[in-house]
Amino acid sequence: MINLALLIPKAVVQGIPLLYGSTGEILTEKSGNLNLGIPGVMYVGAISGVIGAFFYEQGLSKSGAQPNGFLAIMIPMLCCLLGSLLMGLLYCFLTVTLRANQNVTGLAMTTFGVGFGNFFGGSLIKISGADVPSIALSVTSKYFSASLPFADKLGWFGSIFLSYGFLAYLAILIAVFAAIVLKRTRTGLHLRAVGENPATADSAGINVTMFKYGATCIGCMIAGLGGLYYVMDYACGVWSNDAFGDRGWLAIALVIFTIWKPDIAVFASILFGGLYIVYLYIPTGMEHMELQQLYKMIPYVVTLIVLVITSMRNKREDQPPASLGLPYFREER
Amino acid sequence: MKDRIPAVKLQNISKHFGPVAANSHVNMDIFRGEILSLLGENGSGKTTLMNMLSGIYYPDEGEIFVDGNPVTIASPRDAFDLGIGMVHQHFKLVDVLTAAENIVLGLDGKLDIKNATKKIREICDKYGFEVDPAQKIYDMSVSQKQTVEIVKVLYRGAEILILDEPTAVLTPQETEKLFAVLRKMKEDNKAIVIITHKMHEVESLSDRVAVLRKGEYIGDMITKETNAEEMTNMMVGRKVSLNIKRPDPVNPKDRIRVRDLTVRSEDGVIKLDNINFTARSGEILGIAGISGCGQKELLEAIAGLQPVETGSIEYVEDDGSYEQLIGKDPKKIRDMGVSLSFVPEDRLGMGLVGNMDLVENMMLRSFENGSSPFTDRKAPYELAKNVVEELDVVTPGISTPVRRLSGGNVQKVLVGREIASAPKVLLTAYAVRGLDINSSYTIYDLINKQKEAGVAVIFVGEDLDVLMELSDRILVLCGGKVSGIVDGRTADRAQIGLMMTRVGGSK
Repeated sequence: MINLALLIPKAVVQGIPLLYGSTGEILTEKSGNLNLGIPGVMYVGAISGVIGAFFYEQGLSKSGAQPNGFLAIMIPMLCCLLGSLLMGLLYCFLTVTLRANQNVTGLAMTTFGVGFGNFFGGSLIKISGADVPSIALSVTSKYFSASLPFADKLGWFGSIFLSYGFLAYLAILIAVFAAIVLKRTRTGLHLRAVGENPATADSAGINVTMFKYGATCIGCMIAGLGGLYYVMDYACGVWSNDAFGDRGWLAIALVIFTIWKPDIAVFASILFGGLYIVYLYIPTGMEHMELQQLYKMIPYVVTLIVLVITSMRNKREDQPPASLGLPYFREER
Repeated sequence: MKDRIPAVKLQNISKHFGPVAANSHVNMDIFRGEILSLLGENGSGKTTLMNMLSGIYYPDEGEIFVDGNPVTIASPRDAFDLGIGMVHQHFKLVDVLTAAENIVLGLDGKLDIKNATKKIREICDKYGFEVDPAQKIYDMSVSQKQTVEIVKVLYRGAEILILDEPTAVLTPQETEKLFAVLRKMKEDNKAIVIITHKMHEVESLSDRVAVLRKGEYIGDMITKETNAEEMTNMMVGRKVSLNIKRPDPVNPKDRIRVRDLTVRSEDGVIKLDNINFTARSGEILGIAGISGCGQKELLEAIAGLQPVETGSIEYVEDDGSYEQLIGKDPKKIRDMGVSLSFVPEDRLGMGLVGNMDLVENMMLRSFENGSSPFTDRKAPYELAKNVVEELDVVTPGISTPVRRLSGGNVQKVLVGREIASAPKVLLTAYAVRGLDINSSYTIYDLINKQKEAGVAVIFVGEDLDVLMELSDRILVLCGGKVSGIVDGRTADRAQIGLMMTRVGGSK
């Protein structure tokens, strides 16, 4: 029997980067932009944060000053937000202003983002002169992964609900907030209208370009935080190239799984996080290692099943935003 | 009339799309308490002109005055602020939102659907609309959607209302209802502009008529002092005869026999229910009905594009022998001489490829001819040239992508190609959808020529008056059932209207 008090926290820490990624992508897709660059954005977010933290730590060790908790968190975080924002602006400039093909742009940005991360990751490793191909930012990471001091005294309750760094709670807050904005506010209504039918939104006096830029850039910044969480909290500040893996794609799959609802994403990301690592907990024995590979497929298989079910039920509300992936030009004839 | 201050005054307005002038130096006045009909052929710039009033386009040149004050309308929001509201031909509604959400879309302030609902109800009561604010748009009929559009405009406090071809998709009864509402608004001292191609509507509804031709303002007239002939002449710029010929069928023989045809859509809804009729050679069988009543399925079933549940469709030769069409490959049916030209709402959706040029679109029908591994481009090239010449297609050249042509011209290409294949049976749906009066008559002529050549024509139409003038017999569909078949020469408009809404047409 799998020990839930052990598995759930593991699933949560796996799920949080996915939650950031999918919340960001949901906002983006609601504006009609299919940003397949999210995996790249998450890489850029992560490495930007790492660069910030790296130079902060270098500065500390040079001057011999004591680390300041506020700066240790704010510097990597602002660097991460800035890096992902630039990626968002790049995507918007290409697809909204220049009306480039969204799929091509997104895929190119993923390739670019991964390369960007590995290039600067490699450079930092060179600078630090480490013997292993990774950098450890243990000083700043400590602040990111700090949980409430009394969490481990509360038994299973503490480990399931209170054992995470602040970015985990922030992810859930952002997702819930995004859900409320989408469902209950005028901004959300307008955003949904832009993604469904930009011509209609435009004729209703909504600034389509602004909404597309806004949603996509904010979405990228949220997704970037997922990368930051992964390095600074989950990986305890250790950056090694390609470690982030395919989590970005899983976040995009999660968008479909949650039928474009960030509140569902809170639970779905934890479920996906669990499915992502469940192969470690199903005993396969040494002679059947191939089964492990099959278990690794589970999150993707689940996504496929959800796709089939939502397509079959054909409920209009559960479909992707109608103009997803299409550029909009007012004076198109 | 000169002493009134116009609600909207357009002065010297021009708008270009690339090298094409959609409007050049237009001067026009719109008055309160008056319904103005804006007339013009397809591509004469009516919609473009009105889009500049509603802020979708921005004029390259010229000035707009509202109530005597010069204004700039740079966005739809500016238009609302000036009290200008437009109901577009293609509804600007978000399908997955409710009526109320669509109506408040784009407004400022806190989202308060409850309050909005109350206000919507008030507007509905005032003008006699029936709208359920909580209903989703995708659940609505076309006329309900249109009502939402009008309420949306009124909700924003519009004083100047523009309606772009509002009746194109309505039944006669729905049209009457709409007109009653418009008259009420006129009494409310609102200014109303309506774009329409249907002359009898212009005559029954409007007070004044303004005519555009090729982007230029030709003039205006008091409706009562003019007639359809004169208006059409002004639109076209030369004399046109407004009579549809209806030669008597010569030696009609059964060509297509449909027996007990039942068709179910993919999600299990019955689209055609026990349909029986015969189409004869040298005869036009008109099909009337509210859109979505099975017209599309009927034509597609005959053309072999729609799986049939039960029933039979027989193709009868001159000598009386017949062949079953059900189960045959669409290509084989086409080779037998059954030709389908269906003009869907977006015009390009079926039959033409927007990004391909005229020649290539002609080739879609002939690419399999010949035995060499290369396609024959010569014959389609000739055909394209012919279609362009004979039907007066306005195009920069035959190598222009079809997408770039205006709607009417796209349709001419489609219908021209189908007719060129010298069919025995011509199935055509909405052949004149959105076409101006002159192009429509060109198409009616073409169809009549086919009829005289002994082709069995099945003509699905939207405009009842045209159906009644053109068809030898009219089959009325209602909810997938045959509501009745009437003689086109003796048919009564009101009776057909009733048959469209109730099987058999009883009250």
